[in-house]
Amino acid sequence: MRSSTTLPFLVLALLLVVCFSLATSMERPAGLRAHEGSDDIMAEMLGESRRMFANHFFVKADAYFHSGFYPTIFDDQQSFQTPHMAEDAGALKGRNRGEETEFMGKPRDIIEQFSRHFLPSVHTHLDEGGPQGFKPGQDLGEEGGDVREILPWLKLSAEMDPNRIETYMVTAYWLRKRMGKVDEAEEFLREGLNANPGNPSILFELGCLYEENRKEINRPRNIWTMAVDKLDAMPKPHTEDQDFMLMQLTLHLARLEESQTNLPAALHWLERLEPVSPQPDHVRQEIEEIKKKLAQSASRHGGSRP
Amino acid sequence: MDTAVLRPGGKMTNMPMTVLSNSAMNERLSGGMINKVFKIFAVASVVIKEMYRRKDFYVLLILIVLITGMLGSVHFFDDGRIVRYLKEVCLLLIWIASLVIAIATMARQLPGEKENRTIFPLLAKPISRTEVLLGKYLGCWLACGIALFCFYFFFGCVSASREHQWHLINYFQAATLHWAMLAILLAFVALGSLIFAAPSSNGTISFVLAFGILLVGRHLNKIALRNDEPVRSITYGIYYAIPHLEIFDVRALIIHNWPAIAWKYYAIAIAYALVYSAFFLAITCALFRRKALN
Repeated sequence: MRSSTTLPFLVLALLLVVCFSLATSMERPAGLRAHEGSDDIMAEMLGESRRMFANHFFVKADAYFHSGFYPTIFDDQQSFQTPHMAEDAGALKGRNRGEETEFMGKPRDIIEQFSRHFLPSVHTHLDEGGPQGFKPGQDLGEEGGDVREILPWLKLSAEMDPNRIETYMVTAYWLRKRMGKVDEAEEFLREGLNANPGNPSILFELGCLYEENRKEINRPRNIWTMAVDKLDAMPKPHTEDQDFMLMQLTLHLARLEESQTNLPAALHWLERLEPVSPQPDHVRQEIEEIKKKLAQSASRHGGSRP
Repeated sequence: MDTAVLRPGGKMTNMPMTVLSNSAMNERLSGGMINKVFKIFAVASVVIKEMYRRKDFYVLLILIVLITGMLGSVHFFDDGRIVRYLKEVCLLLIWIASLVIAIATMARQLPGEKENRTIFPLLAKPISRTEVLLGKYLGCWLACGIALFCFYFFFGCVSASREHQWHLINYFQAATLHWAMLAILLAFVALGSLIFAAPSSNGTISFVLAFGILLVGRHLNKIALRNDEPVRSITYGIYYAIPHLEIFDVRALIIHNWPAIAWKYYAIAIAYALVYSAFFLAITCALFRRKALN
């Protein structure tokens, strides 16, 4: 009789112990994930090697951009050091040297000569028509040709390494510029900002989206100014890529202020641009012109006063 | 005296051997040639039946369909027209599956007959060792052709579902070049089944060699030029000696919708495959004729 009344309590106690044990065993991995700053299953499975995969997928996207005409590790890669799709998007400073159509060189023997008939062996870009309708220099605009084909690899690259900034910039550029998918581009950039809060490059691209596609003035100005502040706060000396980004930001801000006839602000940004510009003489000339305009307007205002 | 002859379909018929006149002899000789072809096809048909009784092909086909279907259900940036990544994965799976089917099927043909002791009753019939070997080879090659047809048909459907067009000439060229590559590989595996001790070792070595050639075959000349003598000459020698299977891999052209290959080069590639297959088969036949079977 006694055992029949205590049994349910014993079972309940056992279940409580099991629950507690399960909770502690599950708490540990969750705690570990929080400690690592990521709850992504991919990050747990692949660890640091996912960065390598991310790079592979990014390069794969560039190979798709060239419709498969791409150097292997056995070829001369001088002209493909910076992915062309990233260079075209302004995400990376170009470091390519040599003729990009000639990485294969002349055939070394009859087998190589013959095998080239079975490989993509002409340099084309998807946004210029690809292998079907390629015309060098042709711009398909928002039609974009088959540029969409690079997107799965870029998405995968971002999934693998959410801290790879150029992936967000390149993807957003091609989405909004060549496919007219502004909302998707903005969403992707915001994902990038979530993973990399306050990153100047992503902020720059977001500003471009608001200015070029949404035709806004204040939002891009604020975003770009914030990006410049973030860059200024970074430890010096700046890397080549940071200088390149500062150049893009200041140039865009100067053009924006010029378009709004806000000449003092334009002058300020041009002065910031001069030390990082590849053509400082040209910038200096523009500064002088704006200074002249400012002086003229000051004298006009001064002369008109009673 | 009656002689048993293997007819297509594996049925035995009895033919009386008599003294023949010259014209009758010529007729019989030509008939003999046809008989040989019949015998080869009879053996081949058994191999094809064996392939569709086994589950390898179905399992691989289902795997290809499932993986491609799963990847196809993923939409990137709400764009339903993105297809090239899907084509790439599907073609990669097709290549892997075809290599598995070809090597696994060919590698177990002769050792299987020996192990089951069915080679003796087979050779007791009026069929030569060469005919048995050629029949086995042809059977495997045709079986691979049937498998490739199914795989490429599925690939064509996947591709057309997104691109809304059939690149029939390109697909035909890709599939037939792929099939021609398998002809070389099957001949090599047939040779391996006489050289290597077990089907497993033959299969493994053939896989490694095929993957090696497909991956770095076309780059061996560049590697050779970066080295000093004698490594340079040895590497270049290997480069010229190996069958360049990678020539037949035109996946990049198919994935990125490049124009079809010029027929002249296509024909040369097919001839190249025929020459290499014939070379390996000739060696295999010569070895098989002299090989002790017990």
